Amino acid sequence: MAFYRAHILVDAGPSAVQKGAMALKAALIDEIKKRGLDKEIKVIETGDLGVPGGGPALVIYPEGITYAGVTTADVPEIVEEHLIKGRQVKRLVYTETTPSIVETPDRARSKEMRIILKNVGVIDPTSIEEYIAAGGYEALGKALKTMKPEEIIAEVKASQLKGRGGAAFPTGLKWEFTAKAAGQEKAVVCNADEGEPGNFKDRILLEGDPHQIIEGMVIAGYAVGAHDGFIYIRGEYRQAAACMERAIGVAREMGLLGKNILDTGFDFDIQVFRGAGAYICGEETALLESMEGKRGQSRMKPPFPPTYGLTGSPTVVNNVETFCNVPHIINNGAEWYTGIGTSQSKGTKILTPCGDVLLPGAYEVPFGVTLREVLFNMAGGIKSGRQLKAVMMGGPSGAVVGQESLDRRLCAEDLQPGAGALIVVDEDKCMVDIMHNIAQFFYHECCGQCVPCREGTKRMLEILGWWTAGAGSESDIKMLEQLANTMALSSRCGLGQFAGVAFKTSLPLFEEEYRAHLKDKVCPTGVCPMDRVLEEVK
Amino acid sequence: MAKVNIKIDGQDVICDAGSTILEAAQSAGIYIPTLCYHSDLIPDGVCRVCSVEVKGQRTLCAACCFPVSDGMEVMTHTPKVREARRMIVELMLANHPGECLTCSKNQKCELQKFAKELGISDIRFKGERRQYDIDASSPIIRDPDKCILCGRCVRTCDDIQSVGALHPAYRGWETLVVPGLGGELADVVCVNCGQCINRCPTGALKAKDPAPEIWEAIYDPTKHVIVQTAPAVRASIGEEFGLPPGTRVTKKMVTALKMLGFDRVMDTDFTADLTIMEEGSELIKRIKEGGVLPQITSCSPGWIKFIEYYYPELLPHVSTCKSPQQMFGALAKTYYAQKMNIDPKNIVSVSIMPCTAKKFECERPEMYSSGYKDVDYVLTTREAAGMMKEAGIDLPNLRESEYDDPFGMSTGAAVIFGNTGGVMEAALRTAYALITGRELEKVEIEDVRGMEGVRETTIQIGDLPVKAAVAHGLANARQVLEGIKSGRFADYAFIEIMCCPGGCIGGGGQPQPTNEEIRKARARAIYEEDESMTIRKSHENPAVQKLYEEFLGHPLSHKSHELLHTHYTPRERRTIRRSEETSKPKTTKADSSKKVKVD
Repeated sequence: MAFYRAHILVDAGPSAVQKGAMALKAALIDEIKKRGLDKEIKVIETGDLGVPGGGPALVIYPEGITYAGVTTADVPEIVEEHLIKGRQVKRLVYTETTPSIVETPDRARSKEMRIILKNVGVIDPTSIEEYIAAGGYEALGKALKTMKPEEIIAEVKASQLKGRGGAAFPTGLKWEFTAKAAGQEKAVVCNADEGEPGNFKDRILLEGDPHQIIEGMVIAGYAVGAHDGFIYIRGEYRQAAACMERAIGVAREMGLLGKNILDTGFDFDIQVFRGAGAYICGEETALLESMEGKRGQSRMKPPFPPTYGLTGSPTVVNNVETFCNVPHIINNGAEWYTGIGTSQSKGTKILTPCGDVLLPGAYEVPFGVTLREVLFNMAGGIKSGRQLKAVMMGGPSGAVVGQESLDRRLCAEDLQPGAGALIVVDEDKCMVDIMHNIAQFFYHECCGQCVPCREGTKRMLEILGWWTAGAGSESDIKMLEQLANTMALSSRCGLGQFAGVAFKTSLPLFEEEYRAHLKDKVCPTGVCPMDRVLEEVK
Repeated sequence: MAKVNIKIDGQDVICDAGSTILEAAQSAGIYIPTLCYHSDLIPDGVCRVCSVEVKGQRTLCAACCFPVSDGMEVMTHTPKVREARRMIVELMLANHPGECLTCSKNQKCELQKFAKELGISDIRFKGERRQYDIDASSPIIRDPDKCILCGRCVRTCDDIQSVGALHPAYRGWETLVVPGLGGELADVVCVNCGQCINRCPTGALKAKDPAPEIWEAIYDPTKHVIVQTAPAVRASIGEEFGLPPGTRVTKKMVTALKMLGFDRVMDTDFTADLTIMEEGSELIKRIKEGGVLPQITSCSPGWIKFIEYYYPELLPHVSTCKSPQQMFGALAKTYYAQKMNIDPKNIVSVSIMPCTAKKFECERPEMYSSGYKDVDYVLTTREAAGMMKEAGIDLPNLRESEYDDPFGMSTGAAVIFGNTGGVMEAALRTAYALITGRELEKVEIEDVRGMEGVRETTIQIGDLPVKAAVAHGLANARQVLEGIKSGRFADYAFIEIMCCPGGCIGGGGQPQPTNEEIRKARARAIYEEDESMTIRKSHENPAVQKLYEEFLGHPLSHKSHELLHTHYTPRERRTIRRSEETSKPKTTKADSSKKVKVD
């Protein structure tokens, strides 16, 4: 293996590519070649570094310096100054206001605990050697060569790992159900549909450390007795899918996928499936329907996938982040794992604060940190010094909390972070407008199967639309609350059950603001058009 | 089967381990309302009307799908359940046209029934309502505005008929049940069986009703209007007048039709006997001369269209005999016209059928062998009852009267055409006699009776063991056809296939509702009718014998071929998009008092 004195990781996430990341990469390679440094310095494409701003970003190792907003014009200077003379190009180094998911010496992230994200932005995601050098596939070897499937399930159960897709179902239990279910053919499905707005942790893992996912899935397959793995990747995640395809191909070449893995006689292979953009296909049974080529809509439950999954065979469906936890549990043991987190939520969770927060990004923290720590210490607080108004926990399908919840701990026993999105809303935003926006989302994503959700999301959208127009009445509040209750209790799947949660949980916090729209026909923040009121005045 | 103990509303219920909450409740006489549930179909749990509270569950559970488990506690009308149920029905009503008075399903609509049961007096959601064009392209009329998306038609077409003409399309609130790729029903593979109509809880599906044209013909003094009644109608039309399923009203129905003003009331049973003569002779000919076997029956027009679409390569197996309805039509405007000395162009030939596919059949270009349209109008059982009601005829309390000649005389073998297995039984009764020259001692052939999807028998006719099979419902028919292709039925002589579950007594034009119990009651009535007849074998029908003497000569004669036999057309299974416009969702605001803001 060649030795390089420096590595440059270029952010080639979807937004960076739009902003010219590929040209930047080419310019870097050219410049390095021109100066005869191509045997010393390696340029690598990596996934999204989470750096917003004017242009693509890159990280230079071994120092780990992140440059943000880099253009091709900056390339000669970076090569000359940083790579030849060893001086940082100060004007491009990210500052407090240019956040990044990369650990850097400039800003301590004391509360972060990087287990799942430790390789992201550090290794070359296209290089299996770098993953292996960082300790990758050790757990696979240990699992396949020294552990029985039951032992793996016992270890995962003992770790108390819970699903990271939002529902927090105990993973070990799910595996045990699948392993014990009758049926010769079993399947392992990785849910990478990540459709909940505000969430992007899975994309970062898919683009930044694909082999970690593969490793977790193969171990799962071995544990439950499956030989077929599938990754269902959200339609919009083109690069993530390409990245996974590439990683699967390399793993197959290395004998880490396919027949007789590591000479243990265990066969397992993975196929990539692409979604077509329906939010509901992130619901596990709708995902399976979609994989079978049917209309993307949820199935009747029970039976659940561990007994009746893909084409009827017992199937494990886990989130990307869940699979990523597995190699670490196998390597370090359940005891180590249960030492992290709280009594009911073990391990770490990748949180993605976004919205009106200064430093949006992906932060991996042990369960139990407070909301305040994440939003203010890590994500840099609210933009432009405004006040926090509300946070949507996990995305639009989660609960809405306000200032009063800042010191609550993020874990199962206190405040559930769902899939990890923390959508932050500042004081300039109107809650009616936000609720209307959420209603629009669920109206658009409803599959149309069951009455409460199909008809309920429509009426919810209409009523909230009238509120923003100043055409609501105070009796609407009770009606909407009843509607949200009915949807929560009687919808066929999670989409309808959670579509009204944001409104219901926001009501005690923002009732005054709602009533201002309905009684006084005034939007206190001035966001809503209230155009019906004007028409009536005319 | 293992039993489990559960509690429903505090009452102990012992039920089968595999059953659903709904089945357990029904067995204990506890009422749980349902809408998307139908006993003929696999439950899908989409309407959520049957939501109940189950102790320990986070949400309410759909009783129609949720399996019972030992120790389960179910509550069917807690405050949560009541509020949710009322809200669900209110939501449905908010998106439903309030046209109950003019709806074909008025007083038979399940949604209307719920609204009344729950006492919904106000619909608080005053927003947009679905508004789409009516699809009247085929004998089955679809009104998407009245559709509540319960999916019963979709499941019927997929699971019972394996045709799949109807599908949900689009997403969320814009979801629509559409034929094929969003065209009209006439453009897609639909066999017009009408089973979807039978299971539609609202008025979203109905058949095209020719009653106005028939009234006009009756009132026209220059027209000679004759009517034929199919075997299955006599066992079901009473239900439209409140009589229990399985009440035979044959002779009262004849009186009612005479009262309506038909010039002659005759019986399709007569041509059913004729069919046996022709089809039985065809079978014997095929056996003797090494023709294509097994021979398959051809009296069910939905089934004919199905094989034309899906298995055109097997069409040589199908008997060339027309259905009894079309034999009647061809003879009415030839033999009957001559005999009565009436110009066939003045004869209006009406049939009353348990069937919607017959409406399509009479329009086929092959069905003009008299030189005129052989059968002019087809009324379903429901529509015929509608005409009687309009004329104020109280069927149950009428005196009885006899069918008119020359096509009024029939046998017990003809009436059982209405049941699955009936054509087979009738054919075997006659074939036995024609081949051996002796008569069957016991005419009832139990092996081919019943409601099993596919039934088989072997009858020893002389030294010839004749193997025969019977299938009803097109999903079962498909299974048999696959069997023919794989060679499983290679040594079979005769197969009867009926499009609808239970045969014609379960036809798409029959009174609603339908379920297995009702179909069994009608089937029982048909067999009773057979038993009550003095002649029970088709070849013994003196009127049929006379027809051969006077007009046709003998079975399979040249004249028979001209009038009573037909040919089939392989059909392409390609959706033809006739109009782009029809497929686009069109909604308009029903109430614009509140402005809707949609970004």
